Amino acid sequence: MYKALTLLAAEEGGAVAAGDGGWWADTAGIMLVLPFVAYLLILFFGKKLKYQGGEFAVGALGIGLVWATVLFVMNMTGGVLDHSNTFEIARIGSGIVFELGWMVDGLSIMMYFLVNFVGLVVFIYALGYMEGDIRVNNFFASFSIFAGAMLVLVGAPNLIQMIIGWEGVGLASYLLIGHYWEDLDNVKAGNKAFMTNKVADVGLILGAILVGVAIGNFDFAALSEAAVSQNAELGAVAFVGGLLLFFGAMGKSAQFPLHIWLPDAMAGPTPVSALMHAATMVTAGIYLMARMFPLFQNLAQDARPYMVAIGAITLFAIGLLALVANDIKKVLAYSTVSQLGYMMTAVAAGGYTAGLFHLFTHAFFKALLFLGAGSVIHAVHSNNMSDMGGLRKYMPTTYWTFVVGSLALAGIVPLSGFWSKDEILATLGHEGYTAVMWIAIAGAFVTAFYMTRAVALTFFGEFKGHGEPHESPKLMTRPLIALAIPSALFGLLNIPGVSLPGIGNFTEWLSVRVVAMGDHHAEAINFGLAAAGLGAALLGIALGWMIWGEDKKTQKERDSLEIPVLYPLLRRKYYIDDAALGVVGATMGPIARSVDWINTYVIDGIVNAAGALTKGLGGFVYGILDQRGVDGFVNGLSVVADGAGAGLRKLQTGRVQQYAAFFVAGAIVLAVVFVILI
Amino acid sequence: MLLNQFLVLSAALFSLGVYGLLVRRNIVLILLSVELMLNAVNINLIAFESVIRSADATGQIFAIFVITVAAAEVGIGLAIVLMIFRNRRSANVDELNLMRW
Repeated sequence: MYKALTLLAAEEGGAVAAGDGGWWADTAGIMLVLPFVAYLLILFFGKKLKYQGGEFAVGALGIGLVWATVLFVMNMTGGVLDHSNTFEIARIGSGIVFELGWMVDGLSIMMYFLVNFVGLVVFIYALGYMEGDIRVNNFFASFSIFAGAMLVLVGAPNLIQMIIGWEGVGLASYLLIGHYWEDLDNVKAGNKAFMTNKVADVGLILGAILVGVAIGNFDFAALSEAAVSQNAELGAVAFVGGLLLFFGAMGKSAQFPLHIWLPDAMAGPTPVSALMHAATMVTAGIYLMARMFPLFQNLAQDARPYMVAIGAITLFAIGLLALVANDIKKVLAYSTVSQLGYMMTAVAAGGYTAGLFHLFTHAFFKALLFLGAGSVIHAVHSNNMSDMGGLRKYMPTTYWTFVVGSLALAGIVPLSGFWSKDEILATLGHEGYTAVMWIAIAGAFVTAFYMTRAVALTFFGEFKGHGEPHESPKLMTRPLIALAIPSALFGLLNIPGVSLPGIGNFTEWLSVRVVAMGDHHAEAINFGLAAAGLGAALLGIALGWMIWGEDKKTQKERDSLEIPVLYPLLRRKYYIDDAALGVVGATMGPIARSVDWINTYVIDGIVNAAGALTKGLGGFVYGILDQRGVDGFVNGLSVVADGAGAGLRKLQTGRVQQYAAFFVAGAIVLAVVFVILI
Repeated sequence: MLLNQFLVLSAALFSLGVYGLLVRRNIVLILLSVELMLNAVNINLIAFESVIRSADATGQIFAIFVITVAAAEVGIGLAIVLMIFRNRRSANVDELNLMRW
C-alpha cells in the first residue's frame, strides 16, 4: 500500500506526463469496428475478388494499424496516454452501468499495435498460403472476426466488454480450428478447444461477477482504484475472485492442466496458429491478469504462490513435451505453452512489465516461427519433421528468418527474447521466488534444446520428403522478414535502466495512469542472472546440436534419444489427456451402470404400468367421452350455429334504406326508453 | 329565451332528414338528407351553447368538428356515388343489391 502510493506520488511528480491522445484516441474505436465491417464485406462481396475477400481483411487491419501506430508513437514520445470513450448500453439493477467503448492507455495501445501489426502480417501471408485452398472466403471472414474480437477484448474499458470479446475470440478460434471439417479429428480439436475454454470461462464469469458486484462497478479504472485504496468489500472477495479470474486466464492462456486444447488447435490452417499463438487468443489470459494486476498486487497477494506454481509447472513440464513432438507445429505449440508459463509466472509473481514485455517480444518471434513453419509445410506438404531435413539449401529466406526466431525464443543476446526472459528472471529473483527462478532458468535450457532439435531436423541433414521443395512465394517470405526485424531488435526497447533518447522505454509506456502498478523495475542489468539464463540457453543449443546436429546421418538415428522413464511419459503427454478421459470414464461408468439398472427395472416397470393404465383410460375417453360427449356437443353447437346463421342472414338484404329504417327504429326505441326512465 | 324555437327548428330539420333518408330512392338526395340531419344537430349544439355559454365554447367547437367531418363524409360519399353511377348507369338505391349475403 505504502509502496504503491509513493510510486503513484513519484509518477505524479512529473517523471511521466499524461496525455489524452486527442483526435486519434477519440476515434480509436474504429479499430474495434473495422474487422467486423470487413467480415460483412467478405461475406457479401468477397467471392468475386482474387483473394476471395482477403483484401478486405488486410485493408481493415491495415487501417487499424495506422491508428495503432500513431497512438503507439504518441504514447512513446508525448507521455503515457490515459483515455477512454464509453457509451452507456444498459443499466443493471439500480447502480451497475453496462458500457461499451474503448480504452487508450499504455497497455491497450501495446495490444492494439501487436494485434494490428502481427495480424496484418499474418493476413498478408495468408493471402499466399490459402490461395487455392477450400473455403478461403469463410476462412477470411472468421479470421476477421478473430482479430476484431481480440481488439474488442483488449480495448474493453470494463470486464463485461472484455467477456464479450473473450467469447468472440473463443467462437472464432473454434471456427478456424475446425476449418478443414471434412476430417473428424479437426472437428474434435475444435470442440476440445471450445470445451476447455468454456470450463475456464466459468471461472472468468464468476470471478468478474464477484469482484464487479463487490464494488458495484465493472470498470477497470474503478476496480483498480478500489484495489489500491484497499476497498473493504473488494478485499473480502479478492482472494476467491482473483483465483477465479486466474482460472479463466488459465483456459485462454493454456496453463497447466488446461493447456490440452492448444496443441490440438494446430489442426487449423497455419496462419491461424500463428495469429492464435502470437497476438490473439492465448495472450488474452495474460492481458486479463495484467488488467487486474492492481487486484493481485494490493489485495490478493495470498493467491500469488498458487498462480506462480501453475505458471512454473507450465513453463517447465510442458516445454519438455516439445522434445518428443514430431509435428513441427506441435513443437511450436508446446513452446508457446511454455512461454505463456513464463509470462503467467512473471505477472503472477508481481512482474507486470516483465510479463507483458515477454508477451510483446514473444508475439513477434512466435508469429515468425509459425509462419516459417507454414512456409516449410507449404513446401513439403507435411507437418512431420521426419519428412523434412536439409531445407536450408532449398528455402534460404525461410531458413534464416526461422533461425532468427529460434534464437530469439531461446534467449540469445542481443535478440528480443533474451531481454524479456532476463527481466522475468530478475523479477522472480526480486520477488523472492528463487526456486521458481531456477526452474525458469532450466526452462530456458529446455527451450534452447527443443528449438535446436526443431531447426536441426527441419533445415539440416538430408531432405527426407518427396519431390523437390521450393522457396515460398514473395507474398509469404516478405512477412517473414517483416517479423524477423522486430524479433531481433525489439528487446532493446526495455534494457533495464536504459531510457532511449526521446522515447523512453517499454516500462514507461506501460505505466498506467489511474493507479500505479507498483511492480519492480530493475535499475540495471543483473549480469550474473543474465549470464545464467544465457548460459542455460547456450548449453541447450550445444547439447541439442551434439544430439541432432548435422553429422548424424539418418533422421531416425538423429531423433532417437530414448530416456527410459521420461520419454514414454512425454510421448503420452504426462497422461493428462488420458487422465481427463479416465476420470470422466471412471466416475461416469458406475453412475451410468446404476442408472441403467434403475432404468431397466424400476422406471420401465413404472412406465409399463402407466402405459397400461393410460391405454385403458384412453379407450374409455375415446369411446364414451370423445365420440359421444365431446363430439356430440361440438356437433350440436355447429347445428345451432348453422341454423342461427341461416335465419339471421336473411336480414342482410343489401338494401341500404332498410338498414337505415332499422337504425332509426332502434334510435326511437332507445329514445323512448330514455325518456321513460328519466 | 329563444331556445325552444331553435329546438323545434332543429327537430323539424332532423325529422325531414330522416324522412328523406328513408323514402328517397336517389343516392344524391339521400346524402343531402344526411347533411340535413347533421346541420340539425349543429343548430342544436349552437342553441344550447348560446344558453350555457361554457368557458371553452364546447358547443361551437363541436359544431365546427361536425362541419369538418360532414365535409369529409360528403367528399367520400360523392366519390362512391360517382363510382357506382359510372359502373351501373344508375343512382337508384333499389337497384343496388351488391351488399347482400
